[in-house]
Amino acid sequence: MLEVYLSIFMKSVFVENMALAFFLGMCTFLAVSKNVSTAFGLGIAVIVVQGITVPANNLIFQHFLKEDALAWAGLTGVDLTFVGLISYIGIIAAMVQILEMFLDKFVPSLYNALGIFLPLITVNCAILGGSLFMVERDYNFGESVVFGMGSGVGWALAIVALAGIREKLKYSDVPPGLRGLGITFITVGLMSLAFMSFSGIQL
Amino acid sequence: MKALRKMLDQVEPLFHKGGPLEKLYAQYEMIDTFLYTPGQVTKGPTHLRDSIDLKRTMITVVAALVPCIFMAMWNTGYQANLAMLQMGTATTGEWRGIIIDILGVGYNPSSALANIFHGFLYFFPIFLITQIAGGLWEVLFATVREHEINEGFLVTGMLFPLTLPPTIPLWQVAVGISFGVVLGKEVFGGTGKNFLNPALTGRAFLYFAYPAEITGDAIWVAADGFTQATPLGAVAADGMSAVGVTWMQAFVGSLPGSLGETSALACLIGAFVLIATGVGSWRIIVSMILSTIVFAELLHMIGSDTNPMFQMDASWHLVLGGFAFGCVFMATDPVSASMTETGRWFYGALIGFMTVLIRVINPAFPEGVMLAILFGNVFAPVIDHVVLQANIKRRLARTAVSS
Repeated sequence: MLEVYLSIFMKSVFVENMALAFFLGMCTFLAVSKNVSTAFGLGIAVIVVQGITVPANNLIFQHFLKEDALAWAGLTGVDLTFVGLISYIGIIAAMVQILEMFLDKFVPSLYNALGIFLPLITVNCAILGGSLFMVERDYNFGESVVFGMGSGVGWALAIVALAGIREKLKYSDVPPGLRGLGITFITVGLMSLAFMSFSGIQL
Repeated sequence: MKALRKMLDQVEPLFHKGGPLEKLYAQYEMIDTFLYTPGQVTKGPTHLRDSIDLKRTMITVVAALVPCIFMAMWNTGYQANLAMLQMGTATTGEWRGIIIDILGVGYNPSSALANIFHGFLYFFPIFLITQIAGGLWEVLFATVREHEINEGFLVTGMLFPLTLPPTIPLWQVAVGISFGVVLGKEVFGGTGKNFLNPALTGRAFLYFAYPAEITGDAIWVAADGFTQATPLGAVAADGMSAVGVTWMQAFVGSLPGSLGETSALACLIGAFVLIATGVGSWRIIVSMILSTIVFAELLHMIGSDTNPMFQMDASWHLVLGGFAFGCVFMATDPVSASMTETGRWFYGALIGFMTVLIRVINPAFPEGVMLAILFGNVFAPVIDHVVLQANIKRRLARTAVSS
């Protein structure tokens, strides 16, 4: 049992890295990676949100939307997967909102540290991507917790590494036409070349 | 020598701003500083003065590579001659065979000269293409962007051919080095400003773009129609009993593999040169070897019924594949490695760990060193950042500054 969880975790962090293997969450990935401490804050926020929303969506999926999932309410043969997309987005938005209010009230220091990033990652495609992958692979609740955390950690790792490189690249002499986003795209491409060392791992 | 200096001084004004050959200043500068130590020294009170500069540093690495190059030529020729002896081929029909026949060197695997010459005919075209294709980009960028040409490329152009299998098509060599030089280095502004090792970037690009020519069993021995897996590949497929070479053979380097990566002995000599001259960081080398030993032994102890790579212990990990070469020449690249001394320990340890991990659990890439080093390069700036922040925090606490 532990092995299954470990394998899902390693897979979601390295092999199927949200940012560098699937290129999900690119807008925030590129925009908020100018310095390491901000990137780290955003990374933590993604881990937290991913760790909450994927299991939450898993509950919704397993007990309401999946085919025959409503059998407990006496409704057999009902398949609600067609409202999946909108339900997941709704859950994510609601979860982020609740989390924000909770942090504001009880952990103001963390709330201030995360700042704008919390509402920002509501629309991060890596978050929705995580939920959709969970549905596609039909994880059970335990697996979805591990997967949510893992994919969050992978994304955080990638953005911190990118921020580190971009801090270093401040001293580079990039051709004028490539400065800014251009060189960042090239950087991310080269990073995912390095991350390809994991492709093909069967855990 | 005096006359040469005089001639260089005479033509120098032609290349200055406003001179007729102003655009070619980078080329002039390259030749001048390659031949003579530059006359300019740092001014002002804040600098250390040292006679070593980037060019001397890089040329030291090239000097340290000489044993590897000799082993590369000898081993390539030896493997090819041995294979031909086994298959009973009298001569290779192509141009290499013609040259060997004319010179009458022969194909005797026990003759060092025949081996080195046969290997040379494989190594030299790859080397030449690397220098021409890579050098072209280097000069082009230096001219257009008005920066200096320096020996950074000489090292890249030396390392890159040594990481390739002997039978690689030459156009792929050109594509690979172009990718490495342009996207791995020049788009960031040239030597010292990149974050990945350019030679490895080119090699990894080839690896993923043309897997047919750079993986498999048929490419490691330069004899037509002869297939033999590298020891790492063989172990990954059939277990430790299939390794096919003795430990001593693997250490000296007479086994099939990429051109320059087979000999741990030659890399060891190179390591002594690099460490003695202070060019390579001994911290990286030591921590990479230590962490490889620790993790390899750990996995060896855990064991596995299904994965034969678990049977390989640390002593084999250190001599097989490109480990020694990557550890000495690639991981210590001062540009892409961690900059802080503490960070170098972590950086080396990360690469060692990743090497064992990729080799053992990823069946697709038994030769994991190169990818592990690229992975280390990606995380080197973050390691530096953490080390710096920790240092700042510690010193703040020591002086009890309230922030």
